[in-house]
Amino acid sequence: MNAETIGLASNAVSRAEVEDFLYYEAELLDAWRLPEWLQLFTEDATYEVPTTNLPADASSDENLFYIADDRFRLGERVKRLMKRAAHAEFPHSKTRHIVANVSLRGRDVGRLDISCSFVTYRTKDSATHLFFGTLRYQLVQAEGQLRIRCKRVLLDTDGLRQQGRLSIIL
Amino acid sequence: MNARVKEPLILIDDQKKTFKVARNNFIDSEVLQAERDRIFGNCWLYVGHGSELNKPGDFMMREVGGRSILFAKDREGVVRAMYNTCPHRGAQVCRERSGNAKSFQCFYHGWVFGLDGKLRSQPGEEAYPEGFKDDPSSSLSVVKRMESYRDLYFICFDDDAVSLDTYLGNAKEYLDLICDQAEDGLEIVRGAQEYAINANWKLLTENSIDGYHAASTHATYMDYLKSTDGGLTSVALTGYGRDLGNGHAVIEYAAPWGRPVAQWIPMWGETGKKEIGEILARLEARHGKERAERIAYKNRNLHIFPNLIINDIMALTVRTYFPKSESEMQVNAWAAAPRGESGWARKFRLFNFLEFLGPGGFATPDDVEALEHCQRGYLNSREVRWNDISKGMSQATPAMTDEEQMRAFWKQWNARMTGMQAGA
Repeated sequence: MNAETIGLASNAVSRAEVEDFLYYEAELLDAWRLPEWLQLFTEDATYEVPTTNLPADASSDENLFYIADDRFRLGERVKRLMKRAAHAEFPHSKTRHIVANVSLRGRDVGRLDISCSFVTYRTKDSATHLFFGTLRYQLVQAEGQLRIRCKRVLLDTDGLRQQGRLSIIL
Repeated sequence: MNARVKEPLILIDDQKKTFKVARNNFIDSEVLQAERDRIFGNCWLYVGHGSELNKPGDFMMREVGGRSILFAKDREGVVRAMYNTCPHRGAQVCRERSGNAKSFQCFYHGWVFGLDGKLRSQPGEEAYPEGFKDDPSSSLSVVKRMESYRDLYFICFDDDAVSLDTYLGNAKEYLDLICDQAEDGLEIVRGAQEYAINANWKLLTENSIDGYHAASTHATYMDYLKSTDGGLTSVALTGYGRDLGNGHAVIEYAAPWGRPVAQWIPMWGETGKKEIGEILARLEARHGKERAERIAYKNRNLHIFPNLIINDIMALTVRTYFPKSESEMQVNAWAAAPRGESGWARKFRLFNFLEFLGPGGFATPDDVEALEHCQRGYLNSREVRWNDISKGMSQATPAMTDEEQMRAFWKQWNARMTGMQAGA
């Protein structure tokens, strides 16, 4: 399948292509190439991590989340994390983002709903913590490329009792 | 504790105007043992908000002061806190975090309790003596002391403690200012942030009412506000710190960020201006101009001894924290909001909350990092023994960036630990 035919309108994106995209995203995050990672998002994108006692489709307008970024605030999060004064991530922790069990949950014209399992390890100051659960993406195609319009992280943990904080991007 | 009784826990020098806190207080397991008894065993501890038990049968399972507590509302609307342990053999009767129930059944041997904790039935009832069910020791134990102030429910494990009203004392002035922002009372927004910090619990008390650390610890948050389009007003960050007695303390101050009740920022546009204007007008009608403006424009970080923080800042947060060990605490944070506020106001309130607060915010993770680094620094506490919290001690009116608030906490803590406190 060549680049021209990866049109979502024609429902021609394969799971392998989606997986490649998600692996690339994980690689950028692990390498702390966050400004490049940010380019994977559309201008109207959202990035959300609900608290763990909420229904999966809860709205951040009415419920308390851990993170509910619009595109502007996501950009500011990236800027912040690249500064020395982001103390929680200085020096940057080591992370490993692993995605698996990728499934295509729905298609619409120009849009693809993806769900996958994830495990992310974070090591800092000799301690390693584990984040895991489901990632839900809404992907769109812009200029022949897949882009993220919505990324929602559904944690399978009971709060963040083990991890303490969410200073990395999941 | 006894082995160390000769070593002072704090050192106050009124001549030199210095206030020192022993770093041993943060790392010694004997200190923690004594705290479980003398602080968490006899202070009033926040358990929950009335709005969390809206309907009869609603319950929450909470860990409070190291106890497993069942906070529940019965059919008649009576709210109780019960020890979540079966009177029979001790299993936790409730294993769900929250929900609505008609009764509670212990899964081990099947004993069934009412919402009031009374034993209703048990399998093999005929093998028990007559009147067994009516013996109070056959039912769930109710926490004897539970009292509320403006829908904030507290429990106390000391049956002889002073009333909650007496205990809160001067802090009520600030609780009233916070609660009066709502016409129809406050409610807890659905969703709780539950996290942990590898640091002694007292470090979070200090940090939550510390106006001194913002400029350095939260430089990136300030950068963020500056880069927003209209996220700031020209109001200067300035105010005072106050010792409220009984270990409670507050900082009250003006700040440049937006407040859902009620300081408008350009980012909120014309819709927001109208909304905020209406909120202000209603506040004024209820409380008069002077009090309305204090409620609307002043921020308050309020500490209720020993472990409740209510921060009325760019959003409204209620936070408790309990020690798991001398170097670990568990933190619970909720967002509170006026009942029945508009969808617009609720949305911006929560947006505001998350930009600063919580483990995924732009500020709290850096606080967590600072506290954990303090705890690690105390590895040296045998050689470098004292923390200094003298800032502003010689000021007649301590500023919000001084350390009067921490001194209020430590004086009460010391008095309770050494058995020298008067009154409450």
